[in-house]
Amino acid sequence: MTAIVKHRLFWPAVVLVLLLVSNVFFAPRFFTITLQDGHLYGSLIDVLRSATPLALVALGMTMVIATGGIDLSVGSVMAISGAVACLFIGDLSDQGSVGGVLLAVGLALVLSLVAGIWNGVLVSVIGIQPIIATLILMVAGRGIAQLLTGGQIINVSSPPFRVIGAGYALAIPVSVIIVAVVVAAAVLLIRRSALGVLVEAVGASPTASRLAGIRSRGLTIMAYMFAAVCAGIAGLIFSSNVASADSNAAGNLIELDAILAVVIGGTALTGGRFSIAGSVLGAVLISALDITTYTIGVPAETTLLFKAVVVVILCLSQSAAFRAAVFRRRRTPAVTPAAEVPA
Amino acid sequence: MGDPPILQMTGIRKTFPGVVALDGVDFALRPGEVHALMGENGAGKSTLIKVLTGVYGIDAGDIRLNGTPVRFGGPLQAQQAGISTVYQEVNLCANLSVAENIFIGREPRRFGKIRWSEMRRRSAALLAGLDLHLDVAAPLSTYSLAIQQMVAIARAIDISAKVLILDEPTSSLDASEVERLFEVMRRLKRDGVAILFISHFLDQVYAVADRMTVLRNGTLIGEYATAELTQMQLVTKMIGKELTVLERLEEEPRTVTADAPREPIIETHELGRTGAIAPFDLTIRGGEIVGLAGLLGSGRTELARLLFGADRPDEGTIKIDGNPVALRTPRVAMNHGIAFSSENRRTEGVVGELSVRENIVLALQASRGWSRPIPRRKQDELVERYIKTLGIRPADPDVAVRNLSGGNQQKVLLARWLITEPRLLIVDEPTRGIDVGAKAEIQRLLVELADGGMAVLFVSAELEEVLRLSHKIEVLRERHLVEELDNTGGGVDADRVMQAIASGATP
Repeated sequence: MTAIVKHRLFWPAVVLVLLLVSNVFFAPRFFTITLQDGHLYGSLIDVLRSATPLALVALGMTMVIATGGIDLSVGSVMAISGAVACLFIGDLSDQGSVGGVLLAVGLALVLSLVAGIWNGVLVSVIGIQPIIATLILMVAGRGIAQLLTGGQIINVSSPPFRVIGAGYALAIPVSVIIVAVVVAAAVLLIRRSALGVLVEAVGASPTASRLAGIRSRGLTIMAYMFAAVCAGIAGLIFSSNVASADSNAAGNLIELDAILAVVIGGTALTGGRFSIAGSVLGAVLISALDITTYTIGVPAETTLLFKAVVVVILCLSQSAAFRAAVFRRRRTPAVTPAAEVPA
Repeated sequence: MGDPPILQMTGIRKTFPGVVALDGVDFALRPGEVHALMGENGAGKSTLIKVLTGVYGIDAGDIRLNGTPVRFGGPLQAQQAGISTVYQEVNLCANLSVAENIFIGREPRRFGKIRWSEMRRRSAALLAGLDLHLDVAAPLSTYSLAIQQMVAIARAIDISAKVLILDEPTSSLDASEVERLFEVMRRLKRDGVAILFISHFLDQVYAVADRMTVLRNGTLIGEYATAELTQMQLVTKMIGKELTVLERLEEEPRTVTADAPREPIIETHELGRTGAIAPFDLTIRGGEIVGLAGLLGSGRTELARLLFGADRPDEGTIKIDGNPVALRTPRVAMNHGIAFSSENRRTEGVVGELSVRENIVLALQASRGWSRPIPRRKQDELVERYIKTLGIRPADPDVAVRNLSGGNQQKVLLARWLITEPRLLIVDEPTRGIDVGAKAEIQRLLVELADGGMAVLFVSAELEEVLRLSHKIEVLRERHLVEELDNTGGGVDADRVMQAIASGATP
């Protein structure tokens, strides 16, 4: 029992459950999931579906943060990926061609990969601080996306493309399946190979890692590449879901939610130990929070404030110092500290 | 010098949990003298300075400034009372101008507005007093470290000109810069400033200090006039010749015997790195323990790092098995069968966040690359074997290394390198700060490894330890390898090494 309570994901999980339960008071059918036309419908499904782009971005961000870095450019990469895919599909003679859509998807992901290499090289070869290095692409990337789309929203009507973000397979939303597959593949790759432990070593102690013979440069570039590809897929899901490329809205401020999801998941911003499961849980929690604000009818102008309050509570619940202070007071009131010990 | 002391510390005692850092230490500083504070690492020099400047409180004792008892709440109060400290690392703002650095926090103002011209004029005058003629409007970073050091001193004496503490000011300066600094110190001395000088370089101490106080293990050994104490006597007092109780608990002194000569594993020719270690020739053979002896800052670690590719040499050559190689990175050195356990166990050795298992397999995994993970069964087998062989406690492979004691962290680090089956094992201070039992175990292990044919480069500040284990002792002095002593048959004693440390011929 205490082992469960002490698990680092215990409190985020509790907050998630509380959030979901609180919805029931405002929407009694919140937990109801129905099967219509072979598709699962319900608020819980909505939570998962709307969490998909964020979960992917948070997954990539986890690896970058584990190396001791940060990637601010993920939102812009999402925008580029969506813009490229929609432009390519828009130019197809037959927008319904599956081959054409696959080509568009491939092109978008290759460009995302290039963006990741750019970030990785700036950070690990040229030695620019990660926050600055990725700020470049954060600003420039959205500019590129806007340039590509001519500042317009590019609409597409391609049924195969729609499947990615809005389709269903085996009654489950395709986007949820994509995320599940990517997360599972990432966990397998990272934990079955030595990538995970080497990245953790580099993030926790770059000097010690170097003297242990770890070549951090390649690992760091790979982390940024992975983050960018994850963002690219997220961009495809986002633009497929709305059947258009909106270079201003796609992935706007998602880097902040992604960083928050990673931190909620128990990965320290200083690098080192990371938890992919934690980051995915964090992404679902943030998505649940967004949906809860709608369900309980938080006025639009106070949505951000409401979100902030929940995040503060969440962070406090994760703070060892805060918990210690609260619990100690409850158990042993008025204990005067023993004679002061000099540091 | 019949002047009454400006600063008098008597019976200073300072304890930290479990450690007595200073025990009944007396110290007196007179106006117009340069007084060196001498002692090996951990002798209590920095604690004494921190106690004096109010960084730490004291448990017992008395500090008097000009005869009045004082207790400072912090360096700022000490500075206001006339005691300024200039540390080893220049802690000024390199991006600000020289004048700004001198006057930061106390700029001359009129109606709240900084009077820049006044500030520049006064800075220039102040520096001219030290025979320094600089462009005071230029950023500090445009000047050499030595000049920056002197700007820090100028700032310190302008704030308060009674007592100046210089903590290792010369460690990053070259010979001509040191001479320049000494000129400034002599000038200040003539002006009646009392200077407390800390340096690991004996020649420098003898060049500039009038008097010295020697500490060892937190106790006062004595105060001496520089002219009355030879370097040899000083080294003996600093290191302490008698075997301590601790050491008697260790193994019986081992007589090192020579086997049939083996082929050299590594040979260096004129290998050197500017500012770290002067060019040296060194040969290490299989089955041989080579000890590096020398005072702190003599270049022991710097030499070891060059052999592992942790730093790049800027001259000279390395041959491994007779073939020239360039050890550009640690990884390259590892591929040649070299392993290096750093003296900075916590920052450059183990990764505290990771588990014992992960730390032990880290180097082997790194050399295999990320795509070829060591199978879990193999990991378990290796980790279990080394936890048992080295007696790592707790014997739990999944506990985070930061929760282990220093000795056990050291064993984890050794295990990390031993599983890579190196041909040359470089260990820098493997026994520092660990308990007696673990220390003896590690020494025994090194001997066994060498008997098994491995070459070991053993770096330690403890002379007895180096003497007991090494076949060959390389003596370093002020970043030069000054002498090589053959210890097979136990032919070398501590006196002989100390003599080399104190007076070895510096080229």
